[in-house]
Amino acid sequence: MELPTSDRYQAMSVDSFDTTTLLTNAARQRDARKLNEFPIFDADAHHYESESISEIIKYIDDDVLNHLARANPGILSAGRGGYQPVGGRITRYPLRKIEETPSDGTHRDVHLSRRWMDAMGIDYISLFPTGMLGIGLIPQVEVEVQYARAYMRWLTEEILPCDPRVKGYVFLPFNSPEAAYEIATEFGDKEGIIGFLVTSPRYKPVHDNAYMKTYSYIEETGKPLVFHSGLNWNDPLMSVTNRFIAAHALGFTLYNVIHMCNWICNALNERFPKIPVVWTESGLAWVPWLAQRLDNDYKMRSSEIPGLKKLPSEYMGDMFYTSQPMEMPNDLSFLESTFKMINAETQLLYASDYPHWDADMPSTIYDLPFLDEKAKRNILGGNAIKIFDLDVSDRYPNYKAA
Amino acid sequence: MAKEILVGKASDFKEGGKKIVPNGKTSEIGVYLVHGNWYAYANLCPHQGGPACEGLLMAKVEEVIAEDKTYQGMRFNHDEMHIVCPWHGWEFDIADGQAVADRKWSLRKFEVEVRGEDVYVLA
Repeated sequence: MELPTSDRYQAMSVDSFDTTTLLTNAARQRDARKLNEFPIFDADAHHYESESISEIIKYIDDDVLNHLARANPGILSAGRGGYQPVGGRITRYPLRKIEETPSDGTHRDVHLSRRWMDAMGIDYISLFPTGMLGIGLIPQVEVEVQYARAYMRWLTEEILPCDPRVKGYVFLPFNSPEAAYEIATEFGDKEGIIGFLVTSPRYKPVHDNAYMKTYSYIEETGKPLVFHSGLNWNDPLMSVTNRFIAAHALGFTLYNVIHMCNWICNALNERFPKIPVVWTESGLAWVPWLAQRLDNDYKMRSSEIPGLKKLPSEYMGDMFYTSQPMEMPNDLSFLESTFKMINAETQLLYASDYPHWDADMPSTIYDLPFLDEKAKRNILGGNAIKIFDLDVSDRYPNYKAA
Repeated sequence: MAKEILVGKASDFKEGGKKIVPNGKTSEIGVYLVHGNWYAYANLCPHQGGPACEGLLMAKVEEVIAEDKTYQGMRFNHDEMHIVCPWHGWEFDIADGQAVADRKWSLRKFEVEVRGEDVYVLA
């Protein structure tokens, strides 16, 4: 396969591609740090469900939409814009097309996941979709509902049963509160389902009364509610930016900032104190910023948020955060300060985001000089094992929570 | 004294070509011929440890700004070639191995010697 370079007459030619080979250095990190001696849970891994779109479409019950989707799968994707692989510089994007997997009944997504999990020393992953992160932006609510149900049937019938190391979430079609409740209750207790997912790029207020029934159900299950962020270059505000780096850096943060603000300002932590809420793929540096902004304003305008019983930052310290894309400043004292503000030792969950372009290896956590061994192990796996109530006895029979 | 690693024949390299050779059991060195000069760097990105030398060799991208300060587009500058790590896209100047976005970081550099037809890297 030819990979285009800046010299239009000279391409880089690659005969074959294998994730395990690409991650040889990750395996070396794994062995040097003995990462296989304790459980590591990846709280944000991805598959490319759009590559299996024909498998998913067969689960769409609506005959008309089923036909439309077969005729034009593009109706199931939203135009979020962007070019993640930096003009092909992140070579695993184009090369995954030529990566071969066995035809042994185990789904290709699971085969590919195992390769990078094993290379990095990751024991379990929670799998998120990729293209569907933008489904909340399409104007046809019924399409999101039908697609979410079809995806969930495909995920729980064809993907998760392949390997207990791979976990998933109930995809909530949040633009229809009623359908979100129905799908939550339909799939919430399926094998391998460890939580509930709201994709953050959308324009719905999380405090709408219409969602309270769903939150009550989620609280009853004891499973986490996860907000996974994303970008939307077509958002009127984001469309002012002209470089993908800006749309990405801002977009992946702002949608979660808005939902977090609404969650706190409407005292949903008080209404649903037992829901572990997890904020995913926004990095971490935004948390101290928002916490300080809200605390400062709250002290002057507490009458506007009478439901709070403590400072906004204290509620934020009770919630959970996935690490990737973790900002790595040259001066690590900035990051150390962030870890302190989010109570990282108990509230931070390691996430790789693999195979996406800004993936983080487990070493990004394990090599931090200001963490002790116990904190490293909690962040890399222990915290997730606790909040997702994971049984790790298949790989660590003698595991005890730190 | 540095260990000599035989890379291969100089005539096997074309302009812009590279070869990755083992350096012991758990590391490699990427050897390049760019603009007629030889370069060698550790196949280990200082960012997260990716195999930097297994990625693309790309020309520097520059902005084109007119005299009146207006933006006119972008262009490749083939005088400055970059090694691009395939894991995350960090770019390194082939001339000195420094990360072009933050020159505090760099790839480990090795010396290359060409004796007759044979190319050696000193590790």
